[in-house]
Amino acid sequence: MSKTIANVDAPVTISRRRFLKTGSGVLMGTLAAGSGTLAALAPTRTWALSMSAMTENEGRKLLKVVRGIFPHDTLDDAVYALVVKDLDAAATNDANVASMLRDGLKELDKLASGDWAGLDYLARENIVIKMAGSDFFEKIRGTSVVSLYNNEMAWAHFGYEGASYEMGGYFDRGFQDLDWLPAPDTAASPAKA
Amino acid sequence: MMKIALDDDSAVVVIGSGAGGGTLANELCQKGIKVVLLEAGARESAATFQNDEWGSFGQISWLDKRTTSGSWRVSRDFSGLPAWICKTVGGSTTHWAGASLRIQEHEFKARSHYGDVAGANLLDWPLTLKDLEPYYARAEDKMGVTRTNGIPGLPGNNNFKVMYAGAKKLGYKNCHTGRMAINSRARDGRTHCRQLGFCFQGCKMDAKWSTMNAEIPKAEKTGNLDLRPSAHVLKIEHDRSGKVSAVVYADADGNQQKQRARIVCVAGNSIETPRLLLNSESSKYPDGLANSSGQVGRNYMRHMTGSVYASFDKPVRMWRGTTMAGIITDEARHDPSRGFVGGYEMETLSIGLPFMAAFLDPGGWGRDFCRAMDNYANMAGMWLVGEDMPQEDNRITVHASEKDQHGMPVPNVHFSDHPNDIAMREHAFGQGRAVYEAAGANHVYPVPPYPSTHNLGTCRMSAKAADGVVNKNGQCHDIDNLFVSDGSQFTTGAAENPTLTIVTLALRQADYIAKQMSMKAI
Repeated sequence: MSKTIANVDAPVTISRRRFLKTGSGVLMGTLAAGSGTLAALAPTRTWALSMSAMTENEGRKLLKVVRGIFPHDTLDDAVYALVVKDLDAAATNDANVASMLRDGLKELDKLASGDWAGLDYLARENIVIKMAGSDFFEKIRGTSVVSLYNNEMAWAHFGYEGASYEMGGYFDRGFQDLDWLPAPDTAASPAKA
Repeated sequence: MMKIALDDDSAVVVIGSGAGGGTLANELCQKGIKVVLLEAGARESAATFQNDEWGSFGQISWLDKRTTSGSWRVSRDFSGLPAWICKTVGGSTTHWAGASLRIQEHEFKARSHYGDVAGANLLDWPLTLKDLEPYYARAEDKMGVTRTNGIPGLPGNNNFKVMYAGAKKLGYKNCHTGRMAINSRARDGRTHCRQLGFCFQGCKMDAKWSTMNAEIPKAEKTGNLDLRPSAHVLKIEHDRSGKVSAVVYADADGNQQKQRARIVCVAGNSIETPRLLLNSESSKYPDGLANSSGQVGRNYMRHMTGSVYASFDKPVRMWRGTTMAGIITDEARHDPSRGFVGGYEMETLSIGLPFMAAFLDPGGWGRDFCRAMDNYANMAGMWLVGEDMPQEDNRITVHASEKDQHGMPVPNVHFSDHPNDIAMREHAFGQGRAVYEAAGANHVYPVPPYPSTHNLGTCRMSAKAADGVVNKNGQCHDIDNLFVSDGSQFTTGAAENPTLTIVTLALRQADYIAKQMSMKAI
């Protein structure tokens, strides 16, 4: 399971890109300005994901499909790319998944009567929704609901702090720091040891 | 550690190392009785547990194939995962949250107290609270339960502060940080809680009691325990007289081994225990072992459950600190004026971002789902857990064609809510909402039941052999040297988290077995 931006193969230089001939392409992006917490986790603002079974163009479309199913408007593409990475891996392991994803992307164009990916995000979302219940939709939804929320970039975005053992837990780090409600009486909640 | 030979027929063989089996094994060892403890899972430790929800789920959960049926939503959302329980040394005591509540007096007499509830197979326990009180006291001491034996309560975390504020405004009288088998002070060679969160993932401080960190090491010190991890029991065999005589298991390499036994105690949790009895059918016992009543696998209970999460204008950070950080017990009473029999507990619960995505609205997606997830850091949460009605047709059966990795028929878990369960859940959702709205919630999210953690009742205790599988000592009505030592014994579910009672019954059963052995009765 991907946990850090490092798993998105960032950064990838132009010269290295030439060596990625086995893959079908490289999906690249730049962390949006203002995604300060994510930038802190990443060595550079540029990320790149080498695709294996799917093409770069298909990867770009899949990323937009994931955004349509789980539309967090301010969540960076770099996090959505982790889902694409897992979908690409599934397609690499199983040719049926690859063709199902390809067919689904074609179906989106059909529903859009043209280039689905070229539509604005709300129009794209409204078409993705029409695919709900299909194997294509369920595969992407099921992968996303794990991958999208199980990585340190997502945790930083949503404010979740992840593992605490290495930092000694929250005993001295704010497990009782909520200050906008009255403190419980000590019979109900004794002082800490 | 003692090695007991496979052909040695003098030992007690205990199947499963969780709350029931792990405790029973230690108690027998302390009395000088030799025990072979067979555990299907591997041995982990505080050092190997992970502060990572999905990582830990793959490490300690019981993920063998199971099927589901019935109208419960779990069957739709998690069709291959009816229960969220463990396959590891320590069983589900590695995963449990630590809530340690005694069953109430009237709950032991559900049939007489609640009357005839249509569609429910209610029965009084053949035991009373008074019978169990001395054993409850020993269990609380053993497990270091807070608010007993002079042990202070745990300090409440942010999630508790929200519950408490709402409870007070609503006029609830009993809200505190609970009776928890988590050390608030160092005790019994284990340190105190450092408020890590991740109680469900195995306590990395060993502050939370488990059979893995408390009972089994003590049993090993006696020299009477032969613990075999990665030993998955397939079948219990019997001799010509009908007494059980041996246990067949698959070892870590998948090879079958046969351990002879004087006594067999089954504690595989309420799905695996009846599955094993049913899979042990023979020409003498064509319906499975100990099943002359036809009740093996029936009356499967999972507690009425549900969760309420709520978002607030300011951060809560509910994941900081103990997973179950506090309780409201006011609704645990029996008060039919609410529209249902029995009662329920309200207990804070937090899950991390990865599990929130999985459980908030299983199968969910889209703008509403994302808006809820966007509020994650500002959420507080509670779990609702109450008595569900035993129903004969809610049951574990063995599948006609599906087999597991050892070639044994997999269990099917069939469950549908009783109308009483539904009425109670609706009430509990309403009260949970009221608590959080009183504390200032801007949005409330009722969350459907997770895969079952409290699996109960599938080999129930009864006074009469026709009504159940075991007697008040957990001894099978049909076979004197076969015992059930886990939550399968529960005659009814009661409202309380079951682990303390499972441990209590194991303590009592150990005394009984030792006495019967010394009298040469078994």
